[in-house]
Amino acid sequence: MSSPSAIAGAVLADAAIESRADAGPRGARPRRAFSRRNVFLYGTLILVAVYYLLPLYVMVVTSLKGMPEIRLGNIFAPPVEITFEPWVKAWATACTGLNCDGLSRGFWNSVRITVPSVILSIAIASVNGYALANWRFRGSETFFAILIFGAFIPYQVMLYPIVILLREIGLYGTLWGLVIVHTIFGMPILTLLFRNYFTSVPEEIFRAARVDGAGFWAIYFKIMLPMALPIFVVAIILQVTGIWNDFLFGVVYTKPDTYPMTVQLNNIVNSTQGVKEYNINMAATILTGLAPLAIYFVSGKLFVRGIAAGAVKG
Amino acid sequence: MRIGSLTAALAGSAALWAGAAFATGLEVTHWWTSGGEAAAVAEFAEAFDATGNEWVDAAIAGSGSTARPIMISRITGGDPMAATQFNHGRQAEELVEAGLMRDLTELAAAEGWADVVAAPALLESCTLDGRIYCVPVNIHSWQWMWLSNKAFEEAGVAVPASWEELVAAAPKLREAGKIPLAVGGEPWQQSGVFNVLMNALGGKELTLKVYDDKDAEVAAGPEVAKIFEALVQAREMSQGGNVKSWNEATNLVITDQAGAQIMGDWAQGEFQVAGEVAGVDYTCLPGLGDNAIISADGDAFYFPLLDDEEKAKAQETLASVMFNAETQVAFNLKKGSLPIRKDVDLDAANDCMKKGLAILAAGNTIKSTDSMITPDTTTQTNELFTQFFADPDMTAADAQARFAEIIASAD
Amino acid sequence: MPSERPSQLLRNLSAKLASVPMILTAVVVFLGGTIWTIVHSFTNSKLLPRLNFVGLDQYERLWSNDRWLVSIENLAIYGVLSLIFSLAIGFLLATLLDQKIRFEDTFRTIFLYPFALSFIVTGLVWQWLLNPDFGVQSVIRRLGFEGFVFDPLYDADIVIYGVLIAGLWQGTGLVMCLMLAGLRGIDEDIWKAARIDGIPTWKTYLFVVIPMMRPVFITTLVIIAAGIVKLYDLVVAQTGGGPGIASEVPAKYVYDMMFLAQNLGQGFAASTMMLLSVAVILIPWAYLEFGGRRRV
Repeated sequence: MSSPSAIAGAVLADAAIESRADAGPRGARPRRAFSRRNVFLYGTLILVAVYYLLPLYVMVVTSLKGMPEIRLGNIFAPPVEITFEPWVKAWATACTGLNCDGLSRGFWNSVRITVPSVILSIAIASVNGYALANWRFRGSETFFAILIFGAFIPYQVMLYPIVILLREIGLYGTLWGLVIVHTIFGMPILTLLFRNYFTSVPEEIFRAARVDGAGFWAIYFKIMLPMALPIFVVAIILQVTGIWNDFLFGVVYTKPDTYPMTVQLNNIVNSTQGVKEYNINMAATILTGLAPLAIYFVSGKLFVRGIAAGAVKG
Repeated sequence: MRIGSLTAALAGSAALWAGAAFATGLEVTHWWTSGGEAAAVAEFAEAFDATGNEWVDAAIAGSGSTARPIMISRITGGDPMAATQFNHGRQAEELVEAGLMRDLTELAAAEGWADVVAAPALLESCTLDGRIYCVPVNIHSWQWMWLSNKAFEEAGVAVPASWEELVAAAPKLREAGKIPLAVGGEPWQQSGVFNVLMNALGGKELTLKVYDDKDAEVAAGPEVAKIFEALVQAREMSQGGNVKSWNEATNLVITDQAGAQIMGDWAQGEFQVAGEVAGVDYTCLPGLGDNAIISADGDAFYFPLLDDEEKAKAQETLASVMFNAETQVAFNLKKGSLPIRKDVDLDAANDCMKKGLAILAAGNTIKSTDSMITPDTTTQTNELFTQFFADPDMTAADAQARFAEIIASAD
Repeated sequence: MPSERPSQLLRNLSAKLASVPMILTAVVVFLGGTIWTIVHSFTNSKLLPRLNFVGLDQYERLWSNDRWLVSIENLAIYGVLSLIFSLAIGFLLATLLDQKIRFEDTFRTIFLYPFALSFIVTGLVWQWLLNPDFGVQSVIRRLGFEGFVFDPLYDADIVIYGVLIAGLWQGTGLVMCLMLAGLRGIDEDIWKAARIDGIPTWKTYLFVVIPMMRPVFITTLVIIAAGIVKLYDLVVAQTGGGPGIASEVPAKYVYDMMFLAQNLGQGFAASTMMLLSVAVILIPWAYLEFGGRRRV
């Protein structure tokens, strides 16, 4: 792991090696290693992967260069002289005004904001979706239609009404106020997500449970939840990313002591005056993105479990 | 070792978080986040802390659209910060009218602000209905042209001393493969060029007639038409520079790829960072060399009304500290701007800053455009000038007609 | 629903109680907020919302503004292309990943990671890549193609496509994930049956799987469309709306009016127009989708 330019390259190389390693028989039935199907399949995937990775490569490479090199060189060139300074600076010493402790300052604050917001918003939305799919009542579709409409309202337009609302119920400036805001704005898309997923669950399963005497909550916890793993993964991806990257609500509803990580990231990336330190920008960006990325990796397992669930079903 | 320092930082931040004390001091929001700016803010904080209070820093980068909704939400949500930065002028007008800001008139009278302020316009922009609501903290002026001596040398022409000379030298610069005038692609920079041309070529009176009196006839008249003709020249001279932010444009001048740039005095910091010397590597022309005039523009702090008695007292202390002569010198040297008091010495200032101080002392100042027209009107002019610069087919007459319309509807 | 019927109100009581947060959000926040916005769009509110009515002034100004008209045109181009390409690319990637391939986790994460990066950063990186002086154009020129021109961000006619490239890069991963979740929800038996019947794979996808995934497609459609309407940060970071006003979009107009120009009334008028056009598309669809056909 000595040369970081190698790391960036290694990601690409890795993909290439892995594709070759695929030579062994796999899949549903035995196949020739370089069957036309495999060449096409992996060829396409690798090509697309390169397109997706190119900007990341540029970011990583830039974050390892010094400023003079960035000013002169081309953005694709690997660093002549590798420096980890930007990373250390971004994490530990970059300044937000007078507070020079980098992104580290906001990391735990972001966790404290994200965890309850993600849990509450997904819990409420999954129940909403379930109720809408299986327990319709008079007017439920109308409320749902309004909710979907809400997905198209730009956040900033709602900023002042929400401030007034929170002020009136006495939650302005508290963590719970922020959690509620995230729950509200996550609700349209998440509810739609769960509603449509539960709608595609065969009706017979639901009916059978009803005949067995199971109620609203029993069916939700025992039957629907276990079947909905893949869609929970998508919901978690959406919410973790959205809430973790949220800047506007985070900064409006918190105090300097509890500013989330994105406030610092904004300050690093958006500083309008003085020289833009692109290497630190890039390092800070990658660091901030690590938390959602970690969730993506972990959630992969759940996707695979989703297949298993499907198999059990069949 | 690096890992060590990372871990230490982690542990430190965790401790900080766990022990997050309840701050008893004043929370101050501002958008000064770059190195020099932060160092300047530190001077304020230090001076304020020395009075036995505590400065709780809440910096948010990106003025305008980023910081403003945050500040306004906090203030209207009933949970305001204790002090907040705004640009001079009409941005905070409505918050003052709504009675959300502390009245500083008595403090100002007691300390005699009006007697020592460097230009009357500074306090005027803090005043509404005869009451003072903010503390001006620095002066930044827009009316500067920055020229690369080497670029002109390479083109075989003398460094211009006025706008007209630059226009005359432009063809030679083109031959030498240089962009005569670097203009960044952002709307505020492009309308800035126009306003400076108006200040310098049209003069103080014309500027006031157009922007302060909102005289649409003057705006559509022959004097302003001349400014638009100059703007057409500026557009031609700026072709070929694919830059967006102002400091990229400044960098073109620093690296001698461009002849000149019209930009505020903050551009000077870029030359300093690049190790260039005024008079040797670059030349600065206040008022484009045509008309030595600068605007008394700048930043100011407002103090939202707070219920807490002690905090209210501390707010007055902070206002007083910011206006204090000593803090003014310390702050502005770090910030690279001019102090708002005329009774202080700035020996450490460089040549260009001194030129600015001399003009200020001579009283050749003009109200900033921001303090004459509302942000709404500013946005409209920005739209117009960015379209004008992007579209070479737009004629001076067309643009002037639209400009006059905007001025006619301004309030 | 089953035919036990105490009183109308108590039927499905748990479901109704569980839906209280949703009902409150829909009615109080979204409906209330929309009405609030519409009402204030008829006022001359500047920095603070005020009820100073000025009739249709804000709308007259809106529709006589070049920038607003350009914004709408841009949104139409970006919207249509973004919908088509996101769905096509997303579905294609999902089917490729669903072939029981190796390293599915790796590929999926590669396609998805851009979603973790904020739009501000996406815009910044793509601004670099598309910069003619040191991005893709300069690299290809250095390879010997001297006349190669690729500078979408500096050409007013095609700048919106430059934004589209970045937008697709950031967003298609999520679409892929949604599609994959949908594909994983398809019963294995369907595939077995199709294989036994000797139906070619592509036909199975086209005529069996895609119709079965209708709910997932609808979800995806709404997510993409909501994202398109709110398109803002990306443009700010990548082009700032330039060159000139060539890449302006409606959401940026709304924000700039509200927070830069301090003209809330104008911003609310613009957002009312945006919401109105959303409603025009959404209401007939919602009627067909929810109103017509009832389950049970």
